[in-house]
Amino acid sequence: MRFRVQITRRDGIADPEGTVTTHALQELGFKEVTGVAFGRDITVEVDATDEQEASARVVEMCDRLLANPVIEDYTVERI
Amino acid sequence: MTHDSGLKVAVVVFPGSNCEHDVAHALRAMGADAELVFHRETDLSGADGIVLPGGFAHGDYLRTGAIARFSPIMAEVERHAALGTPIIGICNGFQVLTEAGLLPGAMVANSDLRFICRFVPVRVESTDSVLTRNAEVGQILRIPLNSFEGNFVSGGSEPQVVLRYVDRHGEPDATINGSRIAGIANPAGNVAGLMPHPERASDAMLGSADGRILLESFLTSMAAVPA
Repeated sequence: MRFRVQITRRDGIADPEGTVTTHALQELGFKEVTGVAFGRDITVEVDATDEQEASARVVEMCDRLLANPVIEDYTVERI
Repeated sequence: MTHDSGLKVAVVVFPGSNCEHDVAHALRAMGADAELVFHRETDLSGADGIVLPGGFAHGDYLRTGAIARFSPIMAEVERHAALGTPIIGICNGFQVLTEAGLLPGAMVANSDLRFICRFVPVRVESTDSVLTRNAEVGQILRIPLNSFEGNFVSGGSEPQVVLRYVDRHGEPDATINGSRIAGIANPAGNVAGLMPHPERASDAMLGSADGRILLESFLTSMAAVPA
């Protein structure tokens, strides 16, 4: 079973990579860009049969390791 | 000032740590008994103080310090933190302490996405910590900063700030890496973290001995804890 975890920076937390990339795109001529935000895409493969149970475990993986709740939010979906 | 009382400092080594020898050397030069302890060890019962040194634990994979916080040694670090043992995290060590929840907040990349490698001025904001008890509020120290992800964000917490980056006028400066905060401590003051490297400013030969007052504070704090 495979799950897709998407990790995003929480609102209000500085995203220097996003800021610098916004400026870089604007300087390349893409003046219409007003913002860029970087996230992280993680695929977790598990040996499981019950999707709900497996999904709950992946959520736990996010809470404990994959995401830092101080600066990140996440979503989990089965793929 | 040296402490020739056999104070035992455990300097934790994670795979990828690279500042442990400099930290141990600086502490030994000040009379402490510093010992390198690999992250897989599980017994720090003899430690009077603990240092998590700088470097790139686990290659900063996933997030800096994210994996190191689960190392076997961290159970002992957490136990000592609750007991009031003086613990300091330097640079990557500070990052590990925030990931472990022993200090609040988190680190993000420096605001200009540059690896900063130079002396920076920091100002002592509070002497209520094992890192700063021998210093004076307002004192300005020149200490090397060597980091890419040293931009401390409080994330809604209100940490006890012990060191701030300042400009040459001694005023808070957030343009160095995006953060105004260079070092913090927990409410009890026994766990402290800072991004700059005091061990690299521990001898005039290194260009600055300003870091000594921070290491001396740490050793004084260790000597003050009842055995």
